[in-house]
Amino acid sequence: MTDLASPATNITTGTTDARVVGGSRAVGYLVGALCLAIIALMLVPLVLSFLASLKPPAEAAAVPPEYLPRSLSLENYRTVATYQAGLWTYVANSLVVAALTILFCLALSVPAGYALARYAIPFKEVFFLLILASMMIPYQAMLTPLYLMFSSLKLTNTHVGLAIVHTILQLPFSVYLMRNSFEAIPRELEEAAVMDGCTSMQILRRVFLPLVLPGMITVSLFAFISSWNEFIAALIFMSRETSFTVPVMLTGVSTGIFGVVDWGALQAGVIVSVIPCVGVYLLLQRYYVSGLLSGAVK
Amino acid sequence: MLSTNNKYVGLLYLSPALLFVAVFVFYPLVQLIMISMTSESLLGGGEFVWFDNYLLAFSDRSFWMSFWFTVRYTLIITPILMILGFLLALLTMQNRPLAQLTRGVVFLPVVIGLASSSLLWVWLFNQQVGLFNKALVDLGVIEEPLVWFNRANLGMTAVIVSVVWKVVGFGMIIMLSGMQSISHEVVEASMIDGASYWQRVRKIILPLSARAILLATLISAIGSMLAFDQFYLMTRGAPRGQTFTSVYWIYQNSFVYFKLGYGSALSIILMVVIMAGAALQITLQRRGETA
Repeated sequence: MTDLASPATNITTGTTDARVVGGSRAVGYLVGALCLAIIALMLVPLVLSFLASLKPPAEAAAVPPEYLPRSLSLENYRTVATYQAGLWTYVANSLVVAALTILFCLALSVPAGYALARYAIPFKEVFFLLILASMMIPYQAMLTPLYLMFSSLKLTNTHVGLAIVHTILQLPFSVYLMRNSFEAIPRELEEAAVMDGCTSMQILRRVFLPLVLPGMITVSLFAFISSWNEFIAALIFMSRETSFTVPVMLTGVSTGIFGVVDWGALQAGVIVSVIPCVGVYLLLQRYYVSGLLSGAVK
Repeated sequence: MLSTNNKYVGLLYLSPALLFVAVFVFYPLVQLIMISMTSESLLGGGEFVWFDNYLLAFSDRSFWMSFWFTVRYTLIITPILMILGFLLALLTMQNRPLAQLTRGVVFLPVVIGLASSSLLWVWLFNQQVGLFNKALVDLGVIEEPLVWFNRANLGMTAVIVSVVWKVVGFGMIIMLSGMQSISHEVVEASMIDGASYWQRVRKIILPLSARAILLATLISAIGSMLAFDQFYLMTRGAPRGQTFTSVYWIYQNSFVYFKLGYGSALSIILMVVIMAGAALQITLQRRGETA
């Protein structure tokens, strides 16, 4: 657990002291100004999109455009809300797929991480490498055989089917992270539990699960964000109008009706698709960054 | 204790994940290889044709055009991402509140979807209602709003701007973690020796975060070689298929023209190229470290 918590401090409280960058007061002001400029530059696209989504449709379609809305309106949100099968159908699809992805990732990676960290299994490292190796195979290349397989299993256009594809993406990272989480727990804890006569299942549930909770949160967070945002598999596997996920639905909005794109509605859709990610990131930033670093930097 | 007498219990816990990978990764991989040697189509058919698809691929001008377009995109965007990521990491490596806020904001677009960001930017770049165009006109950079997506190079430029905005924070975070693991003593010693800031950056920070930089480069380059969303949503391959990426061309063949066998062969070629590239980079990195 400690090894999960420590990289997190990098982003919030890092270790390099100011003198390293140092310099005079003038340099300090320059750095400050540069930081502010970068913050502005990074936020401007999102802010403009948000403001455009609040313009009345006529203003949003105006040529030439204005940066700021003259009056505010929720009309664009109403338009996306009633787009085809209705925005909430698509949000629900995305949420159900993401929830199933989280469930599958946890159900597979928690026991696997436990086994890899605590049991002597024949060919253990080979198995571990096999699971990690699937990360080396780009899933974009695997969509054809998966599509044929899912067609014959009647899994296309189902939440479970797409969630399986998203689990394929996230599983190597999840197993890697859960193994690390379990390995960080001192062995004395489980020895004490064995003395008390706990079975291995009881040890997993009562002793380990509370301690690997941060790891499980990180796994869930990554599963959610990658599933919510994933595009090409959703585009191919969810071809029925009622089974689209949010990004696939937005593609429809961006193609427009008879070539006329409703830009205000499109930006309203973009904002709806961005909000859960931004919200989750702001709430759980610590887990996200620590997970990213422990997954990438090794 | 546990570990010695219960090895089958361990295997039992590991088996669901192993089974999942076997069924949904390795079995489809074998299938992919087999389909690539058939004339399989979503419309039916599917005779065994040996390596015909591969031979066809080697003489398919459209495939190679998309392939070299993807390589060019990767070779242009990767250095931009790495240099900007490195500079942002340098800028924000101290722990003042403003630097931390900058990190948080630069990283923010990393968590939003590539599809969402592409649809945001395709609007900003639009020649009629796009505010990016308007800003460029207002700043006097261009005279008239540009039509970004009817020329391949402009289209790629637009995609690069949007993707840099979206993922530059990723490289920054990886490099920050590399920089922050540099020990204080090394840095302080150089300061006592009177090294200037840029000397320290060149002689200490850059070499000591080389591992992190190479890692970020590898991840970015693989991601760019597999680019699809941003081109599908922004350029749509226009003009005349000049901005098809490899994955986009594979998608077209497999799921628009229904040529699954041919698409699978292209997938395998792309996969082999990417793996070879990654292996090459890792080998060079290892050699660099031992030298």
